[in-house]
Amino acid sequence: MYVPLLVLILNSFNQSNISSWPIETFSFTWWEFAATYQPIRTALLNSIIVATGSTIIAAILGTLVAFALKGYEFFGKGTVNLLVVLPIALPGVVTGVAFSNTYNNFLSPAGFNIGYFGMIVAHATFCIVMVFNNVFARLKRMNPSLQEASADLGAGLWQTFRLVTFPQFRTAFVAGALLAFALSFDEVVVTIFTAPPGVDTLPLWILKEMSRPNQASVVNVVATVVILISLIPVFISQRLTRAQDEGK
Amino acid sequence: MSTNTTKGGTKPISAYLYKHARVRLIGLIGLPMFWIVGVYIFSLFLLLITAFWFVDPFTSKVIVGFTLENFISIFTVPAYISTSIRTLLIALAVTGVSVIFAVPLGIYMAKIARPWVRNALAVAITLPLWAGYLVKIIAMRLVFTEQGFFNWALAPLGISGPTFSIPIVILTLTYLWFPYMALPVFTAIRQIPPNLFDASSDMGAKGFTTIYRIVLPLIVPAIIAGSVFTFSLSLGDYLVAKFTGGSTQMIGSIIASNINLNPPVAAAFSMVPIAFVVIYLMVARRTGSLERM
Repeated sequence: MYVPLLVLILNSFNQSNISSWPIETFSFTWWEFAATYQPIRTALLNSIIVATGSTIIAAILGTLVAFALKGYEFFGKGTVNLLVVLPIALPGVVTGVAFSNTYNNFLSPAGFNIGYFGMIVAHATFCIVMVFNNVFARLKRMNPSLQEASADLGAGLWQTFRLVTFPQFRTAFVAGALLAFALSFDEVVVTIFTAPPGVDTLPLWILKEMSRPNQASVVNVVATVVILISLIPVFISQRLTRAQDEGK
Repeated sequence: MSTNTTKGGTKPISAYLYKHARVRLIGLIGLPMFWIVGVYIFSLFLLLITAFWFVDPFTSKVIVGFTLENFISIFTVPAYISTSIRTLLIALAVTGVSVIFAVPLGIYMAKIARPWVRNALAVAITLPLWAGYLVKIIAMRLVFTEQGFFNWALAPLGISGPTFSIPIVILTLTYLWFPYMALPVFTAIRQIPPNLFDASSDMGAKGFTTIYRIVLPLIVPAIIAGSVFTFSLSLGDYLVAKFTGGSTQMIGSIIASNINLNPPVAAAFSMVPIAFVVIYLMVARRTGSLERM
């Protein structure tokens, strides 16, 4: 499974224009080029903005759903669960087309141009499940009597949440948010349909370059960067989850 | 808030919420449900409505109206039918191949491998999941391109690898979504009590009989949970077909190529994968395996 990724990473150091194997000359040429190339920097910035924005929204919404499903029995609970999973269970192209259709055929004619924010809305929607899964799993193992004890001692809901509940699921919350960030950073299919014209995220930029044959080696550099930026949050997230599990 | 002393006692809001569970629930779930239903489900609904519209053949503008043309074309245009069937078969093949690899790997990891090998493998399976969708497609392209790694590695044997076509699409999709199958299967196998294996061999069952009659029935829910992802993600994919499939078309290709030219056709065609996935989810839910997701 790792061979293709290794081939790709090694090829980012390929001096020649076109990716090939075996690699003849190793060099940092394309890395230097990518570091100063303006479209790549802009795309990187866009990716970070979109991922950050959607992570914040997803973190709040995902946590709220987790609390609702953990603490209460109510009609349609299974449906709520299904609704949260649906945005990633349905193919990306459907999600993308659905949003694009709403933006272009309904909101635009109504005089409302969602533009850049449309991407964040779409990304946040499928990121909710990441935060939800992590927080929900942790809440299930938490001891509810601690919250009751806190209320008995006269703490308000907010105080209990801040001092008693939140510290208990903080790592799961951070882990879920990091996964959401990685998911958004890496996403391309929904982005194709929801990005306003002329705006590229990093994966979108790669996609456009892939359709042209010339600068294949730069693409490998950017792809390596994407691997790193999505792996680092996931790595930290797993460390957090495991550290907590072992601590219990 | 902590020094709040009004007539109704300290912290009236907290006290009120404490007594009214229903209000608390609505407070918690209102916003997320507004987002998912009001934004996402509503978008899907608008998509369904758009599917009944049509495009003016001369100005190519979207006309609001009502026609069943778009849906009829899905079932009558031969190219559309064959694409739907091809996509369905590819998605099933990816799921099948994933199961074939995941079960032996899961058994090895859970029951045979030493703890450190097991942990290393678990990490090794999880990490590529996050290595980037597009990145993995590029990687597979690099490996299977004409002057790529695969042909280079096999050249001494005098074999040249396949060109970009349906088998490479299946392989790439399996490469992409395999972890979604491998992880639940591994978890399920690990939960099988070891004494079942002992009991089975005490009663004279050989390795394969044990796997077939003991392990498989117990991990079916995990396989179904994993297959929801391998199936649905493969079903909607079109970039893999575009970049590693040569001229292979999938449902997603048709949707993507129509979204700007003819949104109503794209909208109608989006209903095909939705239908497949919803049917699949219903079946999966009936078996109770969605709890594991």
